[in-house]
Amino acid sequence: MPLELDPTVVTVAAGAVLLGLTSGALGTFAVLRRQSLLGDVMSHAALPGVVGGYLVAGTRTLPAMLAGALVTGLAAAALAWTLHRRLRVKSEAALGAALGLGFALGVVLLSYVQRQPGAGSAGLETFLFGQAAATLRSDLVVLMVVAALCLGAVTIFFGELELATFDPTYARARGHSVELYDAALTGLLAVAVVIGLQLVGVVLMSALVVAPAVAARQFARSLRGMFWLAGGTGAACALTGALVSAASPGLATGPVVVLVASVVAGLALLVGPERGRSAEA
Amino acid sequence: MQALFDDVGLVIALTGVLAAASAALLGSVLVVRGQAMLTDAVSHGVVFGIAATYLLTGAVSGPVQLLGAAAAGVLTVVLTQWLAASGRVRRDAATGLVFPALFAAGVVILSLFARDVHVDAHTVLLGEIGFVWLDQVPFLGLEVPRSTLVLAGVLLLDAAYVLAFWDRLVASSFDPLHAKLRGLRPGGVSLGLLVLMAVTAVAALDAVGVVLFVAFAIVPAVAARLLAGSMGGVAVMAVAAASAAAVAGYPLAVALDVSIGGTMALLTAVPLAAAAAWRLARARS
Repeated sequence: MPLELDPTVVTVAAGAVLLGLTSGALGTFAVLRRQSLLGDVMSHAALPGVVGGYLVAGTRTLPAMLAGALVTGLAAAALAWTLHRRLRVKSEAALGAALGLGFALGVVLLSYVQRQPGAGSAGLETFLFGQAAATLRSDLVVLMVVAALCLGAVTIFFGELELATFDPTYARARGHSVELYDAALTGLLAVAVVIGLQLVGVVLMSALVVAPAVAARQFARSLRGMFWLAGGTGAACALTGALVSAASPGLATGPVVVLVASVVAGLALLVGPERGRSAEA
Repeated sequence: MQALFDDVGLVIALTGVLAAASAALLGSVLVVRGQAMLTDAVSHGVVFGIAATYLLTGAVSGPVQLLGAAAAGVLTVVLTQWLAASGRVRRDAATGLVFPALFAAGVVILSLFARDVHVDAHTVLLGEIGFVWLDQVPFLGLEVPRSTLVLAGVLLLDAAYVLAFWDRLVASSFDPLHAKLRGLRPGGVSLGLLVLMAVTAVAALDAVGVVLFVAFAIVPAVAARLLAGSMGGVAVMAVAAASAAAVAGYPLAVALDVSIGGTMALLTAVPLAAAAAWRLARARS
């Protein structure tokens, strides 16, 4: 069958590549800083923000919904932080509580919106498992700007972020504000999660942040290498999954993308030389 | 007696209480142990089990599904721990890798092969507590909703296990090495706890879905942990808080015309906020 360049398919493919690249690359820091579960909390807790953004904007506008997702995702992270640091709740319990409550609020808001008269709200449900076909040309511009800002910022401050990740004590001694870089990286994790919500959905988005970074870690020899390899892996997985799901009606994008990324991560763990040899040696 | 089970509102509230209480009971032990995220892994893994069991046997309910799903829930945790122990991935990344992979596989199977069955991807995610009364089975001469009956049985099983092995659970939670030396088999009791968590997650899935189950398991236990000084106190308070949230959630959801399961889960925030406020106020004085 000759592959026709249907404009919809091109839009979906471009969106998938952009988001896979961004969340895959930013996932590097999440995995190295042991924040994988925080990413899961943020993505589940993004649901009330997505619905809230829709309510505020009055229509399905991607920037408003992603901004809302960023706010509630970070609020859930703050709740987990407060429970853990101020109230000494164990970290897993603090994360789980923030995840459960954030998602419950999202479910309640979603059901409220869906029972309102009027069209448009029906599509919100695709944010649960993601729907690549819902990507609009205007969404691409949003994705492109966010991707350029995040990847650009990381590239500029790469040395500082590397130091803050691997040797915070030395970074502090050099006069860097480690707290600032911590906050920035947590913010970037939130962006990495939020940027993929439309395609992958709140339930599985964190896996697209974690899996490419885990795969890249098995082969990369430097942080910079891991960063771009994770980005490339994420882009390839997101593209494959999005095209498969767009071609099969009824199959949500998120599960397919995550399945592809998980298989890639599993294979990398099996055959990857870097970590394996050093771990066995 | 039958009139009680014909009252839709009462049945929904009762089902919510049973799901919330059984989740909170087991959740309180895991929260004290610092393993709360196991709940998340198990409940997502269960979905893969449901899908795989359906694919292999065609079962959409009953003991075969329960066994298959519970096995998958346990498998999720075993895989995660094996991956973390291999040293190639850290524990948090192993968790974040394994359960989404199995959950995604389960959802893909359900979307591809089970389109006409009630176990669709949407139901496993959110549950359908408002419709549990539609599926009734005879029990002691009464017509009882299947989901309610199963949850009642599971709650009894959970409570029996926790009571019977209480000393071992406490010992293995606080000092696994000492428990092992005393011959209390901490590994065995922990595995039993995990199996029951998986069984409970399957039973609660129809009613509240995967993620809200996590809320019921963890949030009331965290609230109780802030107030109680003993493991028994945490368990009792967590069950009480979860049940109260479910009872209050039903009329509130009906009044606001929003998701019943979601409202029940969200209301567990009230005891958490109260407990947190009390702790912070006490710390200041």
